[in-house]
Amino acid sequence: MTDVTASGVPEAITTSDGVPLKVSLARATRRQRMQALLLVLPLLLFLLVAFVLPIGEMLFRSVYSPIGPNVLPNFSKVIHEWDGEDLPPEAVFEVFVKDMTEAKKSNEIGKTVGNLATRVNYEIPGSRGLFTKSARKVKNITEGPYKEALIALDKRWENQHIWRTLQRISSNYTASFYLAATDRKYNEDNEIVRADPLYQIYLPILGKTLWLSALITFICLLIAYPVSYLLATLPLRTSNLLMIMVLLPFWTSLLVRTTAWIAMLQTEGIVNNILVFTRVISEESRIQMIYNQTGTIVAMVHILLPFMILPLYSVMKTIPPYYMRAARSLGATGTYSFIKVYFPQTIPGIAAGTLLVFILAIGYYITPALVGGSDGLLISNLIADHIKKTLNWSLGSALGAILLAIVLIFYWIYNKLVGVDNLKFG
Amino acid sequence: MVRFQNVQKSYDGETLVVKDLNLDIATGEFVTMLGPSGSGKTTTLMMLAGFEPATHGEIYLNGNPINNVPPHKRGIGMVFQNYALFPHMSVAENLAFPLAVRGQSKSEQEDRVKKVLEMVELPEFGGRRPAQLSGGQQQRVAVARALVFEPDLVLMDEPLGALDKQLREQMQYEIKHIHESLGVTVVYVTHDQSEALTMSDRVAVFEDGIIQQLSSPEELYERPENSFVAQFIGENNKLRGTVLEVGRDKLATVKLDSGDMVKALAVGVGAKGERTLLSVRPERVAIEPKKTRNTVTLTGKVEELIYLGDHIRTRMSVAGHTDFIVKVPNNAEHHELSEGQTTTVGWQAEDCRALDDMAA
Repeated sequence: MTDVTASGVPEAITTSDGVPLKVSLARATRRQRMQALLLVLPLLLFLLVAFVLPIGEMLFRSVYSPIGPNVLPNFSKVIHEWDGEDLPPEAVFEVFVKDMTEAKKSNEIGKTVGNLATRVNYEIPGSRGLFTKSARKVKNITEGPYKEALIALDKRWENQHIWRTLQRISSNYTASFYLAATDRKYNEDNEIVRADPLYQIYLPILGKTLWLSALITFICLLIAYPVSYLLATLPLRTSNLLMIMVLLPFWTSLLVRTTAWIAMLQTEGIVNNILVFTRVISEESRIQMIYNQTGTIVAMVHILLPFMILPLYSVMKTIPPYYMRAARSLGATGTYSFIKVYFPQTIPGIAAGTLLVFILAIGYYITPALVGGSDGLLISNLIADHIKKTLNWSLGSALGAILLAIVLIFYWIYNKLVGVDNLKFG
Repeated sequence: MVRFQNVQKSYDGETLVVKDLNLDIATGEFVTMLGPSGSGKTTTLMMLAGFEPATHGEIYLNGNPINNVPPHKRGIGMVFQNYALFPHMSVAENLAFPLAVRGQSKSEQEDRVKKVLEMVELPEFGGRRPAQLSGGQQQRVAVARALVFEPDLVLMDEPLGALDKQLREQMQYEIKHIHESLGVTVVYVTHDQSEALTMSDRVAVFEDGIIQQLSSPEELYERPENSFVAQFIGENNKLRGTVLEVGRDKLATVKLDSGDMVKALAVGVGAKGERTLLSVRPERVAIEPKKTRNTVTLTGKVEELIYLGDHIRTRMSVAGHTDFIVKVPNNAEHHELSEGQTTTVGWQAEDCRALDDMAA
């Protein structure tokens, strides 16, 4: 019905009073759209404040480190001119001594020598004393040659490594926290190398986190699959009861559940007592099942199980029993029917469940902190340590950003393999 | 081919869903189990397929008891109500499934799949997913899958229930045609009587876990053996009364509750004084009939006229029943009736069957 002009291009459709239809439609639905926007506005604001901003802040903090320029403002401007050979020129030393003298007077947070010392100490462990000691005495150096005076103060100022590090941190932005988070550092020649084996902690823990999460996810799947099948196929009364049994722990406090496992698994705990009582093991050989990896795995499987069961159940619920019957009537044994007909149809549920459990597991904190001991710690416990104890927020942020990247990568892989549209969370 | 012997089935141990079922099905026969929902027909089919164990009695297939044979070893093809085509497989994979299970080679499978797709007139659809097919096409694939491994016996559980009327009628003929050309034995379950009458060699009418009548469609319609069958199959007019006597010509004299005396063929009644339900088909009733020896006539008042083109459906009150239906053919000599008019209705005594009175 559209009018076609001589050129063959259809004219834009208009309402009877000549307003283009699209404009008219937009006008007619504007009110509705505004109302819809108002409804989701609180959520959007909340997400912005509670989710987007903190993550942005975290990502920013993992690369932003202004301590160098803050403490040594003038030095940070001139040190760039040094080519990194020998020692910086006399002029740079002069600026450094003056900046240090100024910094010593400051007690503004983020601008003290202590802050600088901590920052350099991240790069060169053990260098902290050099800065605090020199800061106390640097005010005595009032005239040149500053280079000799400073070296006379402490022989370590002769070390090129210190100056290269100072040069590196004189920028507001740094990759050194990501290097630290991946067990790498700059060596004395400003090259990126693996940290000493003794100091390699993050990559092994990250690897262990991924491996334990995968193991926990797999165990969850093994346990959840038959349970979900029963939930989906049993008569309503029985399956409701079973569902309550699945959900009941879900409604219990996480701490209560975790401490319950301590009571169960500790050396004087219920499981060991039963094993001793039934003479499976002797009194002396009680098994250490908690405060190690075993404890972390057992407690986390228990806690994450509902996140596997629910998506699986919701998918299995939609698979009518007649598919299996059809397969059997066509001559397939029960096992063959299951593998060829039932199992493939549950894959969206498996995908959703494993994705959910795996992502939750790699970021899990409380349970490994309580029952993991030192052996069952996960990367999130290290992040928490850096945020709360060592106060190296930037390193914590870098670790967090790496964790976030891993989650996104897994999400991307899943999307490629299964398709996010196919995920069913229940 | 198939034999049910004293088969009983109970799900809860309290009520019997199937009560003492005895049924013989011959090779090549098309037998339909017809009945309202909950009558036990589907349960019977599931027992034959092996998905439900019989609580009592024995089922024989080709003379062998099969109570302890698992479903996949029975070699029975089955078409399900919702087709049960595997959604994650293509049509060809669905059709090849029973062949793969039987260890046939890939080329053999392809041959058979191609052949069977041609049989159901969907030769180009092998690569599609079931969800991409229309209901009727899915139905054909389901039939093809049940037949592709060449079973002797095919069970169909309300296979046309989800289709619209026109497609259903077309599929009825197609299934019938396949049955005739392949010579397989078909056991068909439906609650649609016209489907049962169109397709079957014999129909077993189920109600309350019992086969009420097992006979050819014609027998079933013309000579129902009890009041349930009479009412379930087709339309019929009911008149209640008491038997006064049963003559040697099998004609009973019945005193209707309105006081009228009529004669009817005694089928489900014997003794004098028994309550009876008289059943007469609307098309056998005439308005102002010519009197012959066994004509029964009653007066009736026209309550409602519904014009249906080829006939005029006339609702009358006769002998105290206000839902007495007469189909007046719309031919040249038909009687012009008007609502409120009083006239006589009549039929041959043999066309009126004196059956048991269920409500009594």
